[in-house]
Amino acid sequence: MAKITRGFAGRRHTRDPRLPPGQYDTGNRWPVLSAEVTPKPDLSTWTFSVEGQVEQPTTWTWDEIHMLPASTFAGDIHCVTTWSKLGVTFAGVSVDSLFDVARVLPTATHVVAFSHTGYTTNLPLADVTNGRAWVVWDYDAQPLPVEHGGPARLLVPHLYFWKSAKWVAGLRVLDHDEPGFWERNGYHDRGDPWLEQRYQGD
Amino acid sequence: MTDRQAGHPNAWQTATVIDISAETAHAKTFRLGLTQPSRHLAGQHYVVRLTAPDGYTSSRSYSVASAPDASNDIELTVERLADGEVSTFLCDEVIVGDELEVRGPIGGFFVWDGDTPAVCVGGGSGIVPLMAMVRLARRTQRAHLVHLVVSVRSPADLFYADELPGAETTVVYTRQNPPGFPRPPGRLTVADLPAAVTPDVTGYVCGSSGFAETASQLLIDVGLPADRIRVERFGPTA
Repeated sequence: MAKITRGFAGRRHTRDPRLPPGQYDTGNRWPVLSAEVTPKPDLSTWTFSVEGQVEQPTTWTWDEIHMLPASTFAGDIHCVTTWSKLGVTFAGVSVDSLFDVARVLPTATHVVAFSHTGYTTNLPLADVTNGRAWVVWDYDAQPLPVEHGGPARLLVPHLYFWKSAKWVAGLRVLDHDEPGFWERNGYHDRGDPWLEQRYQGD
Repeated sequence: MTDRQAGHPNAWQTATVIDISAETAHAKTFRLGLTQPSRHLAGQHYVVRLTAPDGYTSSRSYSVASAPDASNDIELTVERLADGEVSTFLCDEVIVGDELEVRGPIGGFFVWDGDTPAVCVGGGSGIVPLMAMVRLARRTQRAHLVHLVVSVRSPADLFYADELPGAETTVVYTRQNPPGFPRPPGRLTVADLPAAVTPDVTGYVCGSSGFAETASQLLIDVGLPADRIRVERFGPTA
């Protein structure tokens, strides 16, 4: 149980029920938090790959991935640094559509998303399938800005946003769990904002 | 990369405010006595959690400004943001003797190991984690390993002014210089960075997102590979 801080009342009036515990509404702002230098994207050489525990390892070019069925997400995103952004819209392709092509093997249990910058993050397979994850290139009907991960990022909105890898280059499907960049640096392996799974041990 | 234990934060603990000092008109340094001390790495941060009587909580992360040492204390420097629920409370209400809930140290990437060369570039309050690196380097007689470049608008915006400038530190003023300062006010350029950046150097960039982009590119321009640059961004963007 949290200890009461002398003199603190807080500024909130009514708390939006869409906010998970410990989060605040950042409004129309969108903070940029990344540990790497922002890359310079080149759509002519951009690729996205699904590899590992799949029947058909597949690499899509920028044009090829746009041939897959379009899919959108409308809802809320939550950053472990305690901001949430409510009512946002992203468009791209569902990870399910990518897996329909690559055909995940029954042995698969986890994925590692990897980025063109070298960033990685691990996720249970169940968190990126059945309509829960996307590769997105539009934000609010505009191309996703590079500082927010453009040309394309992973989107796993039901988990803290470090799982939604910026500048995503692919998914490596694994038969075991393998901690990614922040997960090796003290952050939680799953990162459910409603359970406040911020750090290892939460 | 550190192993996962290195970044494992401890549970919430109660810290006592031992001292408060003003860095500028808008920033204060809080010296906190920890009940469960845990040696931090230069560059790491703590989370501070405020709790209202009805159970409402608000938490924010603040970089540790002090170098790791044998004491049970840490120093956090907090910039007061007008719309910041936690920073305004800390800067306006908290007095010596108050107890605060904290958790940390956190972060295993934006850290300096203490014995490899580093170039640190900070904008405004982005100096805070970098100052922990400079202080550690000075205390361990390794000041030559860390070169700090800090960019602020004016002398009134400079944290830790009595420790800057010093050996291996460069202060750049973007709008207003102190009297007699030779460099004209203006944005950070390649000329403000150390000339010979070798590939074994790690770059640490901390500041607003816009500053971080600019400073990272300058480090690339002076020869540092992008994958040798570690970035900590803060603050909102539109």
